[in-house]
Amino acid sequence: MDILLKQVGYSYAKDTPFEKRALTDVTLHIPSGSYTAIIGHTGSGKSTVLQHLNALLQPTEGSVLIGERKIEAGTKAKNLRDVRKKVGIVFQFPEQQLFDETVLKDIMFGPLNFGVPEEEARRRAIALVEQLGLPEGVLEKSPFDLSGGQMRRVAIAGVLAMEPDVLVLDEPTAGLDPRGRREIMDLFYRLHQEKGLTTVLVTHSMEDAARYADTVAIMHGGKCVATGDVRDVFANEEQLGDYRLEPPRTVRMQREFEEKTGLTLDELALTEEALARSIAQALTEGREPK
Amino acid sequence: MMEKMIFGRFIPGDSIVHRLDPRAKILFVFLFIAIVFIANNAITYAILLGFTLLAVFLSKIRLYFLINGLKPVFILMAFTFFLHLFFTEGGALLFSVGFVDVYEEGLRQGIFISIRFLVLVFMTSILTLTTSPISITDGIEVLLGPFKRIKLPVHELALMMSISLRFIPTLMDETGKILKAQMARGSDIGSGPIKERVKAVVPLLIPLFVSAFKRAEDLATAMEVRGYRGGEGRTRYRQLNWRFMDTLSLLLLVGFAGLLWYFRS
Repeated sequence: MDILLKQVGYSYAKDTPFEKRALTDVTLHIPSGSYTAIIGHTGSGKSTVLQHLNALLQPTEGSVLIGERKIEAGTKAKNLRDVRKKVGIVFQFPEQQLFDETVLKDIMFGPLNFGVPEEEARRRAIALVEQLGLPEGVLEKSPFDLSGGQMRRVAIAGVLAMEPDVLVLDEPTAGLDPRGRREIMDLFYRLHQEKGLTTVLVTHSMEDAARYADTVAIMHGGKCVATGDVRDVFANEEQLGDYRLEPPRTVRMQREFEEKTGLTLDELALTEEALARSIAQALTEGREPK
Repeated sequence: MMEKMIFGRFIPGDSIVHRLDPRAKILFVFLFIAIVFIANNAITYAILLGFTLLAVFLSKIRLYFLINGLKPVFILMAFTFFLHLFFTEGGALLFSVGFVDVYEEGLRQGIFISIRFLVLVFMTSILTLTTSPISITDGIEVLLGPFKRIKLPVHELALMMSISLRFIPTLMDETGKILKAQMARGSDIGSGPIKERVKAVVPLLIPLFVSAFKRAEDLATAMEVRGYRGGEGRTRYRQLNWRFMDTLSLLLLVGFAGLLWYFRS
């Protein structure tokens, strides 16, 4: 499902002394089936953009097109359930949204709200608990008895159980241990590929953006200042520096390698594996330094 | 929705009202609450309303903002208005709808009580909008000082107050966040029949309680590790400073009370 933000502007607490402008003239196209990373410094407006993707916030200027549905500034949109069914958001620290007596009921909450039959919702919950690597028997426990990492997984399962077409992730792995991070990010990627999801990842981690995304948008000071293919964005170190961002570690290492050895690698290394491969290739081919 | 609420919020500024000593402002508001009850006819209520609007003007808070932020209070006000309108008897019968009779006295009472409500809410809002929570607590602690003699834990009370005031905006933000997360999962608090709405409150309240308790625990730990042990022998960084303007404001209030008394019937 396509999402198109057209010259979106947004101010929090409009018309009060606390009014604060968060977005100015943001135009961003998220094509169906793409994996888009939104990167930017703290306070750049990433999270505000994200809340426009399923009409939790309605623009104060411009318009947002979500699939067929158009959300415009100045009009009060109603019946947003359809939109929210199709666009699932995993918020930052999603474990804060857990509330039900058992993990099972909590995961079923979303699907049931959207009219999924109970049996189907239960089936999805059971399958997801396994996919997310939660121990069996967790289903009947209270979500508040789980560890932080498990709570996070349950909360994520609660969003995935809605089986949205578009999955929006806001720093979904913040505060998890490195291994848990990787597992969960890999799971999202697998779902993205298997089910043809459209994925939007809001992140501080250039490494995650480089590894998973195919398109990257840079937010800065409430504006979307650059969008492009992941390689183009991360190859342009000068531009990243302008927005107080650094290229991913692999790219930094590649640059250093190239500088020290005088060799040039074939392509921009977006993952450690790819970097290792290109280095090995360059070394075994016995390329001449330029 | 939440961001428009102004209960317990503080808007920094530099109006005359902002600069008054918190002790003066608190005393002022408390006396004012008593004085409001002097009013009992059209003139006195008009004076009351005028005086309150003057205070709003002096505090440089935009009236529109104040009214917008106090919307929930107006619902309560409307409720009391109609209660009085329908259930007070006396005076001439104005009109009757079905079995409900509306009397002149009921209309009068309804309007008066609403004005009373309005000025009370406005005045107390001005206090919290123009005084930082910390100064309010400092003020209250000093004002309650004499009660220490009868073993009233004044410092602790003041601390409790400042903590609750401090956490109102935090909890508001949190409510907004959780609300959005649940809305994204298809729960809809803002619409639908009453029964549905009530049911939708549970997924909001439980996470809110959980996080409030967590916060309380974290705060207690943080205070403990920094060696907090109550008010005994504790010195102050912020000193309160009573000036001529403060005395003047209280004198003005006394004069105002006299005026009301004079026009009272």
